[in-house]
Amino acid sequence: MLKGATRFISRNYKLNPRCFFHMGTQAPQSIDVQPDNQVPVERPRTISRTNETDPAQHGEQHEGQHYSVPLQDLKTVFPHGLPPRFVMQVKTFGEACLMVRKPALELLHYLKNTNFAYPAVRYVLYGERGTGKTLSLCHAIHFCAKHGWLILHIPDAHLWVKNCRELLQSTYNKQRFDQPLEASTWLKNFKITNEHFLSQIKVQEKYIWNKRESTEKGSPLGEVVEQGITRVKNATDAVGIVLKELKRQSSSGLFHLLVAVDGVNALWGRTTLKREDKSPIAPEELALIYNLRKMMWNDWHGGAIVLTLSQTGSLFKRSKAYLPHELLGKEGFDALDPFVPILVSNYNLKEFESCIHYYLENSWLQHEKAPTEEGKKELLFLSNANPAQLERLCAYL
Amino acid sequence: MAAPCASLGAVVSCRLFLGSRVILARSKGPWGASAAGLQAGAAPQLSRLIRTTVVTTKKNVPASRHEPYTEDFIKKQVEEFNIGKRHLANMMGEDPETFTQEDVDRAITYLFPSGLFEKRARPVMKHPEQIFPRQRAMQWGEDGRPFHFLFYTGKQAYYSLMHDIYGKILQAESRESQLPPKNLLPANTEVIDLIGSRWLIKEELEEMLVEKLSDQDYVQFIRLLEKLLRSACGPGEQELVRRFRRSVAARSQQQQIPPVQHDAQGAPFSIGQGRRKTAQAEAVVTAQGSGRIQVNGEDYLHYFPVLQDREQLMFPFHFLDRLGKHDVTCTVSGGGRSAQAGALRLAMARALCSFISKDEVEWMRQAGWTRSGLRRMRMCPPAWSRIQSSGIGTALSTAQPLPGMQHQLCLL
Repeated sequence: MLKGATRFISRNYKLNPRCFFHMGTQAPQSIDVQPDNQVPVERPRTISRTNETDPAQHGEQHEGQHYSVPLQDLKTVFPHGLPPRFVMQVKTFGEACLMVRKPALELLHYLKNTNFAYPAVRYVLYGERGTGKTLSLCHAIHFCAKHGWLILHIPDAHLWVKNCRELLQSTYNKQRFDQPLEASTWLKNFKITNEHFLSQIKVQEKYIWNKRESTEKGSPLGEVVEQGITRVKNATDAVGIVLKELKRQSSSGLFHLLVAVDGVNALWGRTTLKREDKSPIAPEELALIYNLRKMMWNDWHGGAIVLTLSQTGSLFKRSKAYLPHELLGKEGFDALDPFVPILVSNYNLKEFESCIHYYLENSWLQHEKAPTEEGKKELLFLSNANPAQLERLCAYL
Repeated sequence: MAAPCASLGAVVSCRLFLGSRVILARSKGPWGASAAGLQAGAAPQLSRLIRTTVVTTKKNVPASRHEPYTEDFIKKQVEEFNIGKRHLANMMGEDPETFTQEDVDRAITYLFPSGLFEKRARPVMKHPEQIFPRQRAMQWGEDGRPFHFLFYTGKQAYYSLMHDIYGKILQAESRESQLPPKNLLPANTEVIDLIGSRWLIKEELEEMLVEKLSDQDYVQFIRLLEKLLRSACGPGEQELVRRFRRSVAARSQQQQIPPVQHDAQGAPFSIGQGRRKTAQAEAVVTAQGSGRIQVNGEDYLHYFPVLQDREQLMFPFHFLDRLGKHDVTCTVSGGGRSAQAGALRLAMARALCSFISKDEVEWMRQAGWTRSGLRRMRMCPPAWSRIQSSGIGTALSTAQPLPGMQHQLCLL
């Protein structure tokens, strides 16, 4: 594993990292070529990178290039949203670089042109396994965070329907179940992301937690979140309250709301949780899922809903399933209908080259044949330009 | 005659003293006939290997051994074989004049179908020379005096051969020293001789000389022949050397390349088939493409999620440096994932042979891409016989032996 020292090397010896690490002969030519290809405003470092860190400025000319998310932003915007392998890569390379790709650009275009007077539009990112749906979602979240939207990000809805250690009967509604641990973790991360909004938004109802504690009307939302974090038993209800309030107040114009859910097909699938008498629990009997489903309705305005379908964590779904109808089922499809589907597919040749360049720059590919044309062809064949497969493949080279 | 031979009574040698055995035992016609026949003839022409079993030490017990196959017996067998062949040809409705050994084999398998797994146990009809083992002729006369001057070396045929070859070497050297120093080396013929042929192996030499040799004997023999080749040898010596070389058939001629076909639009493609374990695969490779591979209707990334299988698919293209230049549509069935990948690899390699040059086909063959690596079960000694005498081992070895022989999967 390469440590932080690589970062210094690549930053200091920007122009000649190749001779350092036995790279091929194509690389120096690429440095000569890039000024012609790029937009004249900036001078990007190499052919696979761009200096533009604001997602709002990303356009077609940046397609295939990596832009780096500043690490401070990473901590606030993505406390829990990034895929684990990407987190490892960030730690290894010392920088978080996302590739600008067509589906993400399309999504950003829609988000930029959102009419906040109309009901929230639902965008569904779908595609085969490992094509980059989650990272496209993260790109959109970064854009929205940069522009001051309130981010409601559920990193993986599948985690809420399986492997739950504690299931309590809900205090609010006896029919439903509470998941205190998941809810409190989520509230913590939500607080980190949207710290500045929590004091501005005021609740519009009085909420009584128990005999001694209650939240008055007009108090900031931060109090509800605190209550959920400290009193773990009430965490699920706190989440429900947060969702309700945000939905109600998003139309006020104080903030724009982005609801981002990864693995939304979990809301309408099956769970592996069981009651004490071993009978299975349906998703709507979980309070978190029930409240989240209400969020998915487009009966509010002042924001957007971006969703991702994911087979990877899903339960009882074929491993090759990726189409919305297969993963959502009839119920889910009807609930989300109408939505804007955005297909995320494997890398095209330009993106593939860019990814390999990025790895070569970070000295991640150490095999002497990696920078050659034959090496690239081999990698292309073995991974079939699938981003996840390529990443796993390169981990061993 | 009987006295000197009787003293050699109980010796276990299976070859040298058999003549005496013949006299001791119930001598019948064969001895008399063969003695008469051989005394008329010269030194050993027809070598026949005489088989015996281990002889008991008691003199009175008659040794059970095979009767030697005499010349007349063999001649009679040959006649019977020829007549039988003609009968067989008649039976099968073929022309007796042009009835070859392959036809005989085919006829026998048709008339006597056998389900035995051991091919050597099935009914066979071959020329007696292939059935009856070669035997050495009598090596000494009535007076007990051996015919050949090297008889007492023990391996007379081998040593006489070595003697002849060395004589030829000396002749060649003396010729070379006599001739003026002109470059008369027939280097061309020597090179041609060596390419495409190999020396006899030890078993073949033993069969030729009808004598058992040791490894050192064989090595010395080959060294001597190579020395003969190095010295300036004329056509006579070449002939001698050629007797001990066997040609190695060029295997490349045996390979069949699938023909190039054209589809409706006229685009060329070819089909290859491959098998591995129980998996069978067929691959349709197009001449122009972008490197897409469809297996049973699915993308190969989905069908083979394991990296190892995709590597197997990559190898034929990678070897020929044609990654991303062909489109492949394959069907595969049977076996497990690894077997299917191997079968597909073979099928694709064979299909690719239609689009590449002859040299590349040869390289593929030599690299082994077009050959199915058949693994066969090989019998191995049972585990209990190999147990060493350790603390645990002794306890096991005194226990009941494990039933049956153990089969080991060995790559031949």
